[in-house]
Amino acid sequence: MRHIISVLLENESGALSRVSGLFSARGYNIESLTVAPTNDPTLSRMTIVTVGDDRKIDQIEKQLNKLVDVAALKDITVSGHLEREVVLVKIAINESLKSDLERIVKAFNGELIAVSDTQSIIEMSGSSEKVDELIKSLANIQIIEIARSGVTGLSSSEGALTV
Amino acid sequence: MQLTGADIVVKSLKEEGVEYVFGYPGGAALHIYDAFHRQDDVEHILVRHEQGATHAADGFARSTGKPGVVLVTSGPGVTNAITGIATAYMDSIPMVVLSGQVMKPLIGYDAFQEIDAVGISRPCVKHNFLIQDVDDITATIKKAFHLATTGRPGPVLVDIPKDITAQVAEFLYPETVDMRSYQTPAAATPSEIVTAVEAMLNAKKPIIYSGGGVVLANGQNELRDFVRKLGFPCTNTLMGLGAYPHDDPLFLGMLGMHGTYEANMAMHDADLIIALGARFDDRITGTLNGFAPDAKVLHVDIDPSVIDKNIKADIAIVDDVKNVLTMFNAELTRREEDINAELVKDWWSEIADWRSRDSLWYTPSDTVIKPQFVVQKLHEITGGNAYVTSDVGQHQMFAAQFYGFSDTHKWINSGGLGTMGFGLPAAMGVKFAHRDSDVACVTGEGSIQMCIQELATCKQYDLPVKIINLNNRYLGMVRQWQEFNYEKRYSNSYMDSLPDFVALTEAYGHVGMQIDKPQDVEGALREAFAMKDRLVFMDFITDREENVYPMIEAGKAHHEMRLRPAK
Repeated sequence: MRHIISVLLENESGALSRVSGLFSARGYNIESLTVAPTNDPTLSRMTIVTVGDDRKIDQIEKQLNKLVDVAALKDITVSGHLEREVVLVKIAINESLKSDLERIVKAFNGELIAVSDTQSIIEMSGSSEKVDELIKSLANIQIIEIARSGVTGLSSSEGALTV
Repeated sequence: MQLTGADIVVKSLKEEGVEYVFGYPGGAALHIYDAFHRQDDVEHILVRHEQGATHAADGFARSTGKPGVVLVTSGPGVTNAITGIATAYMDSIPMVVLSGQVMKPLIGYDAFQEIDAVGISRPCVKHNFLIQDVDDITATIKKAFHLATTGRPGPVLVDIPKDITAQVAEFLYPETVDMRSYQTPAAATPSEIVTAVEAMLNAKKPIIYSGGGVVLANGQNELRDFVRKLGFPCTNTLMGLGAYPHDDPLFLGMLGMHGTYEANMAMHDADLIIALGARFDDRITGTLNGFAPDAKVLHVDIDPSVIDKNIKADIAIVDDVKNVLTMFNAELTRREEDINAELVKDWWSEIADWRSRDSLWYTPSDTVIKPQFVVQKLHEITGGNAYVTSDVGQHQMFAAQFYGFSDTHKWINSGGLGTMGFGLPAAMGVKFAHRDSDVACVTGEGSIQMCIQELATCKQYDLPVKIINLNNRYLGMVRQWQEFNYEKRYSNSYMDSLPDFVALTEAYGHVGMQIDKPQDVEGALREAFAMKDRLVFMDFITDREENVYPMIEAGKAHHEMRLRPAK
């Protein structure tokens, strides 16, 4: 099962390596990991997407909680949640595919940003599935490179993850 | 009061009540060493290798319950200390390691003796710090001691750049620690206690399995009350030995890979396992597939992450095990009339059958020294009261099986990491803490050579430890596995150029003896222990191919033990 774990982390140097080191040392999967400061400058929020059975996820949560720099955590997939990923896709522009491209970008609520006469970047945010779909629908278009942000998310119930 | 960073470090140690710091100087730590020279509140003990410093601090910690303190320089000072830090980490031993670091402006430039100490130690510490500012020294050291000694204890490393130890700041030691992200576990609830005790009162085949957590929590008296109130069989892990007296009829001996037949069979057939401060590691459980198929598991530990890690708990209580035992005992007193000895009567007669197998029995000899015999004599001559450290291998198991411990904090060995080289420096740390007690290091000719340089430290500080070298001219445990699993292909387990240990010991200024006849074992031990102020190295030439029995081999379950071929 796929789980998204939100972690509030002390904004200390080395805190990220404690988390990533824990995952590699114990052989846990990381599908994606994002981290950035929060409105409280002393805390970072990390979003980890991982896969495992209930027992493994229980261990992951307990081991994360054991890290001194981890202030709070929550598996946001246990109830309603909102997850988003940003993707940037650099593509080759081809006159004959232009209308197709505009239709696709519109359908995904994306934006088309010109780089040059021959290349553009599609910017889109959505669930990881949506991002996958976008990439799939670009099958006929020459993709030059892709950057995905990894997942970030919030629980959709009232209240917040707090220290 | 304005002081240099180095003086602040040493004064902070004094504030923490530190008596001894085990260490080795070097460039990045020199300001701190200079500060040591200016005071005599905290004594610095100069070892001969940083691994020795960590093991000595560890031995001090294990025998006193106080944190062990280490000071090393940057680079190789840190890397040499890692083995000892990892040893303490695996056995949850409170330790604070201070390491010098290159000057802040040089960090990241591959400076002379630079190593990323925080990075390299991260997987084997409870937490670590790199001090960035002279004003942070006191709060960081305060946090380090707090982290090392509370909750599930463990080593904490504090890395201090050299320039910071030269800067000046106000010395004001904080009284409290403020760490919002670090909480010690919640207390057990009354309903958890009631549920657990109910399970105990209904058990027909219970076993109490206690580990290192009971030792760390100083819960031995509560454990003894608990076991006796219930009249249940009790077994200890390698780390938990001494928590229950070895000669009490309710005690089944050690369990696990080299545990007794009765302890392992009782675990396998149990209907209720009461795990106290233990973590079901692989040397205890054998194969998880065959582990205690009919048992309900009640698991008490201070660390929530050990619950359900290897074995799923039916009832879990997260708290200090001493608190929980106190609550169990109060509840059992309240329900005294519900304790029904009849319910476990058949269980005890099954256990008696397993016991009659006498699984620790070995073939005595008049011609060759049996290692088990030496350990039994050691018990006799020290009245079972010595602090016993060990290295790792067959001798460690013989010491665990045959010394017979009746007290906690006296059996000092590297259980989790299994670190050869631990025994001698650990014995030094013990001796500093217990000057008037017998301290014996039971070792082998392989292990002792891994930290033998510490004989010089023992000379410098007059540490009269007694070294019992069970010398079989093999890396015995490796050889045993090769005999069982590799058709006796003794690949690199043979030592064919051993030093003359007597001459070597004498070269370090101590007393050496070699004993090769069983008839001389007792006399030699008596003579050695009578020399109260001398370190004596006893080189016992033992049976070359003696094996440790019983043994649960890899992939096997508790009831599939390999026993010594019958008498």
